[in-house]
Amino acid sequence: MNIAASILEIAVIGLGIAVMLADLWLPREKKIWLGYASAAGLALILFGSFSMSGNPATLAFGDMYILDGFALFFKRFFLIAAILVVVVSIEYSPKFQSGKGEYFTLILFALAGMMFSASANHFALLFVSLELMTITFYILTSFLRSHLFSLEAGIKYLILGALSSGFLVYGIALVYGTTGAMDFAELSEKSETMTNNPLLLVGLLMIIGGLAFKIAAFPFHIWAPDVYQGSPASTTAFLAIGSKAAGFALLMRLLFTAVPEITIEWEKLLMIMAGVTILYGNLCALPQRNIKRLLGYSSIANGGYLLMGIAAMSASGSTAILYYLYSYMFTVVAAFMVIVLVMRHIGAEDIVHLAKLHERAPGLAGVMTLSMVSLAGIPPLAGFFGKFLLFKAVVEQATAYAPYYYLAGVAIVGVVISLYYYFGIIRTIYWGKQQMIPETIHMSPLSRATLWVCSALMIYLGIMPERLMQAATVAVESLNF
Amino acid sequence: MSILTFILILPLLGAGLVAMLPKSAKGGIRTVALATTALSMLCAVIAFLTFNSATAGPGGYKFYQKAAWVTALDINYQVGADGINIGLILMGAIVSFAAVCVSRTIQDRIKEFHFLMLIMIAGILGAFMSIDIFFFYFFHELALVPTFIMIGIWGRGKDKNFATYKMTLYLTLGALVALVGLVLLYVQSGAKTFDLIALQEQLQENPISANSQTTIFGFLLFGFGILVSLWPFHTWAPIGYGAAPTATAMLHAGVLKKFGIYGLIRIALPLVPQGAQVWLEVLAWLCMGNILYCGWVAMRQKNLNMLIGNSSVAHMGFVFLGIASMNLIGISGAVLVMVAHGFLAALSFGLSGYLYDQKKTLEMDQYGGTLKQLPFIGTLLVMAMMAGCGLPGFANFAGEVTVLFGAWKSLPWFVVATAWGALIIGAVYALRAVRKILHGPVASEASSIEDAANYWIKLPFVLLVASLLFFGIFPSLLTNKIRTSVAEVVKSIEAGTQDSTIMLAEETDSVESNIQLAGQD
Repeated sequence: MNIAASILEIAVIGLGIAVMLADLWLPREKKIWLGYASAAGLALILFGSFSMSGNPATLAFGDMYILDGFALFFKRFFLIAAILVVVVSIEYSPKFQSGKGEYFTLILFALAGMMFSASANHFALLFVSLELMTITFYILTSFLRSHLFSLEAGIKYLILGALSSGFLVYGIALVYGTTGAMDFAELSEKSETMTNNPLLLVGLLMIIGGLAFKIAAFPFHIWAPDVYQGSPASTTAFLAIGSKAAGFALLMRLLFTAVPEITIEWEKLLMIMAGVTILYGNLCALPQRNIKRLLGYSSIANGGYLLMGIAAMSASGSTAILYYLYSYMFTVVAAFMVIVLVMRHIGAEDIVHLAKLHERAPGLAGVMTLSMVSLAGIPPLAGFFGKFLLFKAVVEQATAYAPYYYLAGVAIVGVVISLYYYFGIIRTIYWGKQQMIPETIHMSPLSRATLWVCSALMIYLGIMPERLMQAATVAVESLNF
Repeated sequence: MSILTFILILPLLGAGLVAMLPKSAKGGIRTVALATTALSMLCAVIAFLTFNSATAGPGGYKFYQKAAWVTALDINYQVGADGINIGLILMGAIVSFAAVCVSRTIQDRIKEFHFLMLIMIAGILGAFMSIDIFFFYFFHELALVPTFIMIGIWGRGKDKNFATYKMTLYLTLGALVALVGLVLLYVQSGAKTFDLIALQEQLQENPISANSQTTIFGFLLFGFGILVSLWPFHTWAPIGYGAAPTATAMLHAGVLKKFGIYGLIRIALPLVPQGAQVWLEVLAWLCMGNILYCGWVAMRQKNLNMLIGNSSVAHMGFVFLGIASMNLIGISGAVLVMVAHGFLAALSFGLSGYLYDQKKTLEMDQYGGTLKQLPFIGTLLVMAMMAGCGLPGFANFAGEVTVLFGAWKSLPWFVVATAWGALIIGAVYALRAVRKILHGPVASEASSIEDAANYWIKLPFVLLVASLLFFGIFPSLLTNKIRTSVAEVVKSIEAGTQDSTIMLAEETDSVESNIQLAGQD
C-alpha cells in the first residue's frame, strides 16, 4: 500500500469535507467565502503537486492506482480547471437560491473523481472514479432548482448517464469474463492473444461507448446540447472541460496501455467516430441562437477534433490532445466568464443579446473575441497551435494509410463551417443591432483577474507553445507507443 | 537583429501602442500608425538598397536571422530575403504606409481600425519574409481576423456581411488545404523540420516519390490557388474588395493576395518539381480562366470597384502563366508582375476609395466629366488604368512581357490567348472606365466633389505611382535580383525533374535581352 501516491486526491477530498462542514456553521451571507477558500485551497494543492514526480511510476492500492507522468499531467489540468470553474461559480452563485456551500463542495468531489480517473489502472477504479464524477454532475446540472430547464437538464443527464454507465459495466463484465483480468497491465498481456475474440471486442466497444458519453462523441452526444443549455453556466464550463478531459484521459489510458493490440485494428472505427462527431457538432451549431447551446455543439465538435488525436494512434496525436485540452480550457473558461458577467444583467442567453457589447464593455468584447478566434483555431492563439498539432498528427498517418486524408478533409470542412458561427458571435459583438446590455457591467476584481489570466494564457500558448509541448511530450511517454 | 525583424516588429509595436492609447487620442493613434509604418517602410527601402552588398547567410538568404521557437518540432522564427521576396517586402511596406495614409478618412472607431490594420500589416510583412514554413502560414493567418472585422464594421454596401463571410471562409479553406500540403512536406521529407533551407537540402538529396509529389503539389496548388483567386475559386475577391474599406482592399488585393503565388514559387516549385510538372497543364488552363473569363467579366461591370476587383483577378492569370512556364524567364516575370501589380492594385483601390468618399457611390454611370473637377486624382486614375492594360513605362508592362516571353516556348497558344485577352479585353474595360468616369459631360450632382486638397492626401497616391513608374523605367533594379534567385529555383526544378529542356545556360542570354527590351520601352 502506498497511500502517499494519492495524496493529491486525499487533499482535495479533505478540502471538500472541510468546506462542507464549514457550510454548516457559516452564516448565509458569508457563504461566498467558501468559494474563495476552495479556490485558495486548490491553488495550494496545485502548488504542492509540483513537488511530485511521475517518474518512475508509482503503483498503489494493489496496482489499481498508478501515478505516472500522464496521470500527474491530467491531475494538474483538473486542478487548474477546478480553480477556474470555482471562480466562475463565485460570480454565478448569486443566482442560486440556496446551497452555495454545497455547490462548491460538489465541485471538489467531482474534481476528486476526475483526478482518480487520471490514475485509473484497473476497471474498478475506472468505474468508481467515473461514477463519483458523474453523480456529482447530476446534482450540479440541476442546481437551479426553480428553473425548469435546469431540472430538465439534470434529468436528461441522469437518464442518459445511467444508460451509459450500464454500457460501461456490461462491457467491463464481458471483458472480465473473457480475459479474467480487471487490471490494465494484466489485460494488455492477455488481450494480445485474444484480438479476435468477439466477446472481448463487444465488451471493449461498450466500454468505449460509456466513455464516449463523457466526451459527447457521436453517437453518444445526444445529451450535450440540452444539458449545456439548461445547466448553470459554471457547471456547463466544468462539464465541457473537466468531464471531457476525464473521458479522454481514461480513453487514452485504456486504448493505448490496456488493449494496444486491439486498438490498432480499430483505426477506421475511431476515424469515423471522430469525423462524424466533427461534422455533427459543427453543422448543428450553425442555426443555434442560444449561446450556451451553441457552445454545447461546439464542445461536441471539439470532442471530435480531440478524437482525431486518438485516431492518429501515435505519440504526436496524444501530445496534441493534451495540448489541445489546455488551450480549450482557457478559451472556454474565458468565454463562460464573459457569458456569466453579461447575461446575469439581461436574464437571457441569446447571442443577439451580445450586440453592442463592444461599446458597453470593450474589454469583455475583446476577451470574447479572443475566445472565439481561439476556438476557431486562428493564429496567434492557443486554439490554433492545438489544431495544428492534431492536424499534423493525422496527416502524418495519412502517408501510411490513405483514409486519414478523408479525416483531414472532414476536419477542414468542420473548421470552415465553425468559422461561420464563431465569427457570427464576433459580428454580433461588434456590429450587431440590438441594444440589451446595460450601461455598465459590474465585475469583481477576481473575475477581472481571471479574464486577464485566461486571455494572457490563450495568447501565451499560441505564441510560446514550447513549454506545454514539452510537458505534454513527457506525459505521453507513459503511454505505450 | 536583422533589419527584416525591424520591418516586422515596428507595426506590431505600433499596434501595442495604439492599444494602450485612450480612445479619444485620435491624433496620437494616427501619428503612431503613420510613424511606425513609415519607419518600417524606411527600413524596407534601406534593405532594398543595401541588398546587393549584404552578406548572404545560409541558403543564400540575406539579412538572415534565426531564433528557436518550438524545438520539439524544429519550428524556428526565421527570416531572410533573396531576390524573390526583397521586392515583395519593399512593395508590402510601401503599400502599408500608403494604406495608413488613406485611412485618415476613417472617422468611426479609429482606435480599433488602426489596431487591426497594424496587426494585418505585420502579418502580411511577416509572411513574405519567413523562411520557415510554419511561420509562413502563421503570419498569413494573422491577417485573417482583422480582415473580417474591418470589412464587417467599416465596409460599404448592404452586402458587406455576405462579402466578409465569403472572403473569410474562402481564405480559411484555401489556407487549410495548403496547410495539409505543407504538413505533408514536413512528414514526407523525413527531415522533421519546418526550416525551408534544411528541407530544401534534404529534398535535393532524397527527393520524395513522384506520386507523393503530385499529391503535395495538388494540395499546395489548390490551397494557394484559392488564396490568389485562381479561377474558378476567385468569386470571393471582387465582392470582398468591393465591400472592404479602402485600406483593407489596398492591403489585401495589393499585398496579401500575393502570398499564395509566393508560396508556389518559394515552396512548391523547388521542393516538389515532379509534382509541379504533372499539374502544370491544369494550371495553364485554369489561368486562362483568370485572364479571359475574369477579364470578360470585368468588361461587364458597372461598379468601379467590381471592375478593379475583377481586373485584379485577371492579372493574377499572368502570374500563374509565368509559373506554368516553369522556366527562368517565365518565373522571373511572374515575380515582377507580383511586385508591379501590388503597387497597381493598391493605387487603383486607393483612388476608387477616394472617389467613394466624395460621392458615396462607385456606380460608373453616376460619374462623368470628373477629370475637370479632379485633375489630380483623375490623372492618376488614367495612369492606373493604363498601367492595368499594360502600357509600357509602367512596371506591369515589364513583368507581363517577360511572362509572355517565358511562356512562349512551352505554351505558345496560351500566350496568344493571353496577349489577346490582356491587350484587347484589358484595354476595353480600362478605357471604358476612363471614359465613363473621367470624360464626357459633367454629371449633374457632381459639383460637391473636390480634388486632393493637401500633400497628405496626395502623398500615398504619388508614392504608389512613383514606384510603378520607377520600376517601369528601371526594371533591372528588380530583375537583376530576381533572376539570380529564380535561377536557383529553376536549378532545383531541373535537378528534381532531370529535365534537360529547362536548360539554364541556353536561356540566360535571351533573358538579358528581353528584360532590356522591357526596360527600354
